[in-house]
Amino acid sequence: MNATNRTVVVTGIGATTPLGGDSASTWEGMLAGRSGVAALDQDWAADLPVRIAAAAAVDPGEIIPRAQARKLDRSAQLALIAAREAWADAGFEARAGEDSSVDPDRLGTVIASGIGGVTTLLNQYDVLREKGSRRVSPHTVPMLMPNSPSANVGLEVNARAGVHTPVSACASGAEAIGYGIEMIRTGRADVVVAGGTEAAIHPLPIAAFGNMMAMSKNNDDPQGASRPYDADRNGFVLGEGSGVIVLESADHAAKRGAKVYAEAVGQGISADSHDIVQPEPSGNGIAHALQNLLANTDLKPAEIAHVNAHATSTPLGDLAEIKALRKVFGTDVDHMAVSATKSMTGHLLGGAGGVETVASVLAIHHRVAPPTINIENLDPEAADADIVRDEKRALPAEGTIAVLNDSFGFGGHNVVLAFRTV
Amino acid sequence: MAATKDEIVKGLAEIVNEIAGIPVEDVQLDKSFTDDLDVDSLSMVEVVVAAEERFDVKIPDDDVKNLKTVGDATDYILKHQG
Repeated sequence: MNATNRTVVVTGIGATTPLGGDSASTWEGMLAGRSGVAALDQDWAADLPVRIAAAAAVDPGEIIPRAQARKLDRSAQLALIAAREAWADAGFEARAGEDSSVDPDRLGTVIASGIGGVTTLLNQYDVLREKGSRRVSPHTVPMLMPNSPSANVGLEVNARAGVHTPVSACASGAEAIGYGIEMIRTGRADVVVAGGTEAAIHPLPIAAFGNMMAMSKNNDDPQGASRPYDADRNGFVLGEGSGVIVLESADHAAKRGAKVYAEAVGQGISADSHDIVQPEPSGNGIAHALQNLLANTDLKPAEIAHVNAHATSTPLGDLAEIKALRKVFGTDVDHMAVSATKSMTGHLLGGAGGVETVASVLAIHHRVAPPTINIENLDPEAADADIVRDEKRALPAEGTIAVLNDSFGFGGHNVVLAFRTV
Repeated sequence: MAATKDEIVKGLAEIVNEIAGIPVEDVQLDKSFTDDLDVDSLSMVEVVVAAEERFDVKIPDDDVKNLKTVGDATDYILKHQG
């Protein structure tokens, strides 16, 4: 069947993050307001301007057998772990075809990262310089290519409808999920495994982001360093991990009796065309994405109870998003509980959209919004939205509620995803 | 000093274990790298490079395709080691 406007639902979730090795422990950590940030005590970090990061709580090397792990960049290892959880959570018992409830020709994967296999590239460059060309791993290219996580998950689940990797810096994970929604809506696939992943905790990316003045240098207070909306916020904290969901046409999910977490309502996309790294400060670019979301879907502002904000803890970016929400939704913003989960996970770059989609879906499913931690003095301009501070907060217990997951990236990319209770 | 046949098999077994995760006792002369030992074409390049270092031997790319089994590789190394 090739309908062009099919309803899409979320039937599986998976994650491995700085808060936990799966979606349940990640969600528990978020609701508890736990920080996943720690000091970097490795020798290589000693001379860096930034010596804090949010590493994955469970090292992927503990999960993936060594022989397989040595052929996968860490970003692909994390994606594989999250995708396996999501696939099993969706109720599939084997790869497509072997599990007869999903046809490989109707299954896709869309998993993105912002930077790709950067640690593989840098580590193999070290090998080249120190040991010579003959010792460079023959697996280097399939490990470092940015489509590697999507392709490896595709191999694992036997996806033949298409394997894709949109790249838009820190919006990549969200753009991947939006692409997955469209693959199903337009009839190209019935099931899509979609999400984001990143593993860039290495001295070079840290030095580079640090020199851009984009990262917090609060080395003496790792757990308090990521502080979106706080008056003293001074940049993001680098995190690593992956979040992946299983998207499915509502008809396909109903036919196999799958549990449904939420409807994936759709996406709104825009580009700032303002600056290669600075956000458009008035929020007009983000507002354009929100308007496109409303124009492209049947989402009603009155339904939106929660926003998982992009809010990375940078001075300009956090406020541009608040301004855009007010600009587009007016007084409807007053019933939206806004949470910045990066206060706990750090910023997972291309992984952020995946992990925050998992958090968004769980928030409306369980009807509770995770907190934004580390706000000691709320920035007065951020007070124009209802920020969930310090403690988790219950969402409306009755009726249909929706959530927005915002993701923005260097290059001026704005992606807004919407999910709704069913 | 040149390695003996037994030393070469033992060395190859350790290399295959490291690269493909196959137990050393399963790496026998009659085993095919690809079909029995989970060594794909890219991993075979790793096996060759590791064997070159360990046994002081050069294995040109054109010869690699003839090394189908552990026995093929053992014989090649016995004949060409420095």
